Amino acid sequence: MEILVLFLLPLITSLLSLFVRGRLLLVVNLTSSFGLLIAAMQLVISVIESGPQSLLFGNWPFPIGIEFYVDGISALLVLLISLVYAVVIVFMLYWQNVRETASYFPLLQLLVTSAIAVSMAADLFNLYVWFELMLIAVMGLLILGNGLRYNEAAIKYFSVSMIGTLLMLAAIGLIHGAVGQLNFSALHEITQDTETGEQISLFSGLLLLALLLKIGAFPLFAWLPAAYHTLPTPVLALVGGLLTKISVYVILRISGQVLELGAFYDALGWLAVVTMLSGVLGAAYHWDLRRILAFHIVSQVGFLMLGVALASPEGTTGTAFFLYHNILVKTNLFLLAGMIYLAAGHYDLRQIGGLFSARPLLAFMFFISAISLVGVPPSSGFWGKLLIIQETLKQQYYWWAAAALITGLLTLYSMSKIWLEGFWKPHPDPNKTVAGIPFAVNASVLLLTLLILYVGLYPNSVIAFLQAQQSAFYGGQI
Amino acid sequence: MNLLLIAVISIAVSAGVILLLSKDIFRIVMGLAILAVAANLVIFIGGRPDGVVPAVIQHGGSILPVEAASPLPQALVLTAIVIGFALLVFALVLAAALTQRLGHADVSAYSESEPRHEKNDKSGKPPVMEAE
Repeated sequence: MEILVLFLLPLITSLLSLFVRGRLLLVVNLTSSFGLLIAAMQLVISVIESGPQSLLFGNWPFPIGIEFYVDGISALLVLLISLVYAVVIVFMLYWQNVRETASYFPLLQLLVTSAIAVSMAADLFNLYVWFELMLIAVMGLLILGNGLRYNEAAIKYFSVSMIGTLLMLAAIGLIHGAVGQLNFSALHEITQDTETGEQISLFSGLLLLALLLKIGAFPLFAWLPAAYHTLPTPVLALVGGLLTKISVYVILRISGQVLELGAFYDALGWLAVVTMLSGVLGAAYHWDLRRILAFHIVSQVGFLMLGVALASPEGTTGTAFFLYHNILVKTNLFLLAGMIYLAAGHYDLRQIGGLFSARPLLAFMFFISAISLVGVPPSSGFWGKLLIIQETLKQQYYWWAAAALITGLLTLYSMSKIWLEGFWKPHPDPNKTVAGIPFAVNASVLLLTLLILYVGLYPNSVIAFLQAQQSAFYGGQI
Repeated sequence: MNLLLIAVISIAVSAGVILLLSKDIFRIVMGLAILAVAANLVIFIGGRPDGVVPAVIQHGGSILPVEAASPLPQALVLTAIVIGFALLVFALVLAAALTQRLGHADVSAYSESEPRHEKNDKSGKPPVMEAE
């Protein structure tokens, strides 16, 4: 029941947002995003109480019917999607003129619909359709700016994503042709048989390649920092916080519970190392807040790939924890970049400064999010990295662990660059007055910051929950 | 039938990739369109188009007999065609708008969303990008 509500509510709101204007539009979107949050909480409660939930459309029997399946890991993911979405909507209300941003709402709702559906889909083709919808929604969001730079960003994003989509489509077609199934659990049963698993491992690899393109892995990440930063910042927070992470979740799910990817884990691990380092080095070069954070997405995605490449239940716990942490922190940092823009009037670190004395609350929230991204103990990022690096060392991949630690250090470098330039340095223009930030924006971002702080101080509640869920991954029973 | 399809797919993929490697935005979009056709044909061939027995699942089973053509890929291809066509049209409009504004169709000269480093700028830092 909750499953149906979770993707019908934003879908209907998306259509409704096309027809209402002005204040009503804001009311509709706010109500719907809070309704979504409540439905997601309800879903998590049902999963805790009565185990994984499943929905087969049209009462078709398994494995013919199209299935949506939610276990603990995807339920928490859906909850986080709806949480950051609610915060972003609140932020949107205060971003520029509502008249100008009105056209973003239907596409934002569509993006959330498809993000939620992708995290619940348990059927390869259904997964492809929702992925495609996500692509369409982001394309629309990119193009709404109506300037040359937006069109360029959109066409870059389109060309690369389209190649990924086509690879995915071909891979799904080949897998279906080989085994005659698309449902996740049916595929899992078939690929348990080693011979079939090996036969289709090439097709599984093709699917993995398509997903690597979607998450922005080395060397396929160039589209990400080329396109993302042209979005309006609250929209960027949602897209940058969710999109690549959902694709990583799909890789995690497929590698752990659906297909046999055994041949690719070593390659995935080394790709993860290069992705981590190239992302963080790209960030070190840039001075525009949005571009620094966009490059950091790449390096964080590398870290998540490392977790997937470990291919063990413990690795799954670490990856899922880091995934949740990253959605929260990344969205929060992008929103904070938006607040820095509202207060100081620019995204470029050379043009701003003096925020520590002028906006201490903003400085506090940035500090918490930045140390979480770096992974200073005891922050949420620290626990995620600890879980993954522990497992890396246990499996004796020492180079991978070393690269992960170096990435952490370099992340510290770019975060301290933002801190020193944006917060400590006096403003380059001494006559510049720092603008105020609306109360609701402060409150909603503070809420996310406190949640990050809480996860950092009490990680056990989440880790224990995930450990109870991970048993179904890598050969365990569902 | 299969041999013919495979030949068509390989020709389509080669043509698509050659067009994709071009610098002209319209060729790139058309290359993607041709690749989409190839991907659809791959799904289609996965449905065993030369099947000879009726596509009926035996009572109690869940998979079609191997000699039967599966009807599902046709539904999948139809979905993929619809989505692909919509995206193609959108991309063409986008390419047309870009070409009109820039006066050329050369993708290697796109520098609005990622400003270029000035030649006489010795600071080693990226150019400042104004927020709009």
